[in-house]
Amino acid sequence: MEPIKRFGGSMVALPINDIDTDQIIPARYLKVTDKAGLGAAAFSDWRYNADGTPKADFPLNQPQYQGAKVLIAGHNFGCGSSREHAPWALMGAGIRAVVSTYFADIFKGNSLKNGLLPIIVDEPTQQQLISLAQEDPTAEVVVDLEAQTLTLPDGRAVTFPVDPFSRYCLLNGVDQLGFLLGLDDEAKAYESAHPARVLTTA
Amino acid sequence: MSAKTLFEKVWNAHLVRPQTPDTPAVLYIDLHLVHEVTSPQAFTQLRERGLKVRRPDKTLGTMDHSTPTTPRGADGLIPVTDVQAAAQLDVMTKNCTDFGIPLYQLGTQNQGIVHVIGPEQGLTQPGMTIVCGDSHTSTHGAFGALAFGIGTSEVAHVLATQTLLQNQPKTMEIRVNGTLHAGVTAKDIILAIIAKIGVGGGTGYVLEYTGSAIRALSMEGRMTICNMSIEGGARAGMIAPDETTFQYVAGKPYAPKGADWDAAVAHWRTLPTDEGATYDTLVELNADDLVPMITYGTNPGMGMRITDRVPDPASLSDYSAKVALDKALTYMGLQPNEPLLGKKVDVVFIGSCTNSRIGDLREAAKFIQGRKVADGVRVMVVPGSQRVKAQAEAEGLDRIFREAGAEWREAGCSMCIAMNGDQLAPGQYAVSTSNRNFEGRQGKGGRTFLASPLTAAATAVAGVVTDPRTVTV
Repeated sequence: MEPIKRFGGSMVALPINDIDTDQIIPARYLKVTDKAGLGAAAFSDWRYNADGTPKADFPLNQPQYQGAKVLIAGHNFGCGSSREHAPWALMGAGIRAVVSTYFADIFKGNSLKNGLLPIIVDEPTQQQLISLAQEDPTAEVVVDLEAQTLTLPDGRAVTFPVDPFSRYCLLNGVDQLGFLLGLDDEAKAYESAHPARVLTTA
Repeated sequence: MSAKTLFEKVWNAHLVRPQTPDTPAVLYIDLHLVHEVTSPQAFTQLRERGLKVRRPDKTLGTMDHSTPTTPRGADGLIPVTDVQAAAQLDVMTKNCTDFGIPLYQLGTQNQGIVHVIGPEQGLTQPGMTIVCGDSHTSTHGAFGALAFGIGTSEVAHVLATQTLLQNQPKTMEIRVNGTLHAGVTAKDIILAIIAKIGVGGGTGYVLEYTGSAIRALSMEGRMTICNMSIEGGARAGMIAPDETTFQYVAGKPYAPKGADWDAAVAHWRTLPTDEGATYDTLVELNADDLVPMITYGTNPGMGMRITDRVPDPASLSDYSAKVALDKALTYMGLQPNEPLLGKKVDVVFIGSCTNSRIGDLREAAKFIQGRKVADGVRVMVVPGSQRVKAQAEAEGLDRIFREAGAEWREAGCSMCIAMNGDQLAPGQYAVSTSNRNFEGRQGKGGRTFLASPLTAAATAVAGVVTDPRTVTV
């Protein structure tokens, strides 16, 4: 994985509460066995007409928001299913961070494992960012994972929480599986102290 | 020893390494259920890194999400005509074969929805940690297991190491005392809870359902409740094991036998929350106050008593909530203050990991027996597993459904997820016993009212949304 430290980018706003993973990527796109090409399916039902043409009024389709890296959403982004296809689709669509007042637990965990940053801000900041994105599509924010700050175009920096372990992995470009594989002795010790009651192969 | 909650006991018993300021806890996973949709990329990761599945004997595969529920061919097999789904199922078979994981193949006697087969096989037992790449893994918490959905990266973690990195969640007690009235079910309890706490209210929490109304429920009712914990934002929901639990597990294929059974039950009796243990939050409901529930909007928190009218966005003070309700009603084609009772529906779906067990089918069949499905309504009854299907057929339930004009189908997720050929057409209305009414969840443009199997059955017969309490069985 590429380390993530700091990046800037313009924003696109979807000021809708409770955007669920079925909106981020509908289930019919999950019949795949790899991660490639899911960006085209991001927000598919909101983004395309029945004949497959892009809806002109959907922000992600509008020319002024092409290249946006930061998605500003309503409250509780990513609720619903555990599909990791949701962050894969968002990243495939060029999104590197999502800003909301809070995120669904599974989505947040999935995102952090893929280098998509879930950035939690307070409601006034969320509203300010929505207005900014809508009024000036060229306005840029800077995300600094090391400092855990989101810097607004006016220079104001707000801090955001990140689980320290996820932050460490992202800053260093290492994935979490490597850490778990390194605990093999501890897993073995646990297994010998806790004999299994249920074995699926029995 | 300080007093502990059920959750804390199960959590502590599975710590390979405790949480530190720098690292999450490392939890040992007792059972990993795998299905075709969220696992392929995890197996790819294992292959790329040259890793094995650490404990194939603690892993079980099934096929459920992308599988058709259409009738078997002359060869006795369920035909998979969707090329992409067929390829995904082939990959599942290859992955399980290559890595030595037992797999319940499509159409074989034990195959079914992942959260139906674990309990019916007796693989789901109190005090275990159970994960699956599916958010409704919370279902298994009905047994006093800590069970939650994981993403595909985490599927790879568990396949490779049988462990998982987790930060300890907070605990919320949801206490439901009182007694349910006739016609009111477990589904109505959980829809009422989610309407109360909201679709994000349980975020960061593990829920424990307590109280006399929960204790009075069957295991199937408890599974329905725990199943939808995720619809309130909680990754897991739990119910303390008791005699009802032990009776359900006893005699199942993977249940402990003989002296092992006695030892297991003795251990399970230590799991319930201790007197004096505390939760971070408490939510209370009284079962006496509950009536059948139905959703009107586009998330499971948008639910109301079936006798209520659709809420009016103008009555809301919070701007974003007003916008959300307005958007939901536009999608649903509903007017503020409109009653749902009497609303014409196109489809009734009885199935999903929420409500496709034998008890659900028996309840629905009791309503439908001797009646006919209303003209112009498509009624799909989809058993949760091949075993549920066989049991229902042995009891003649399939005949009751068929004679009434309903479709009796093969086991699977079916129209709950609409990625398998079973789906609503744009604009259609469905009363569904499933768990999600998100936009497009049951088919692009489809409109879902979530309700209990009783409400679904009453609606199937009447052709319009019907309060089951108004129908004489």
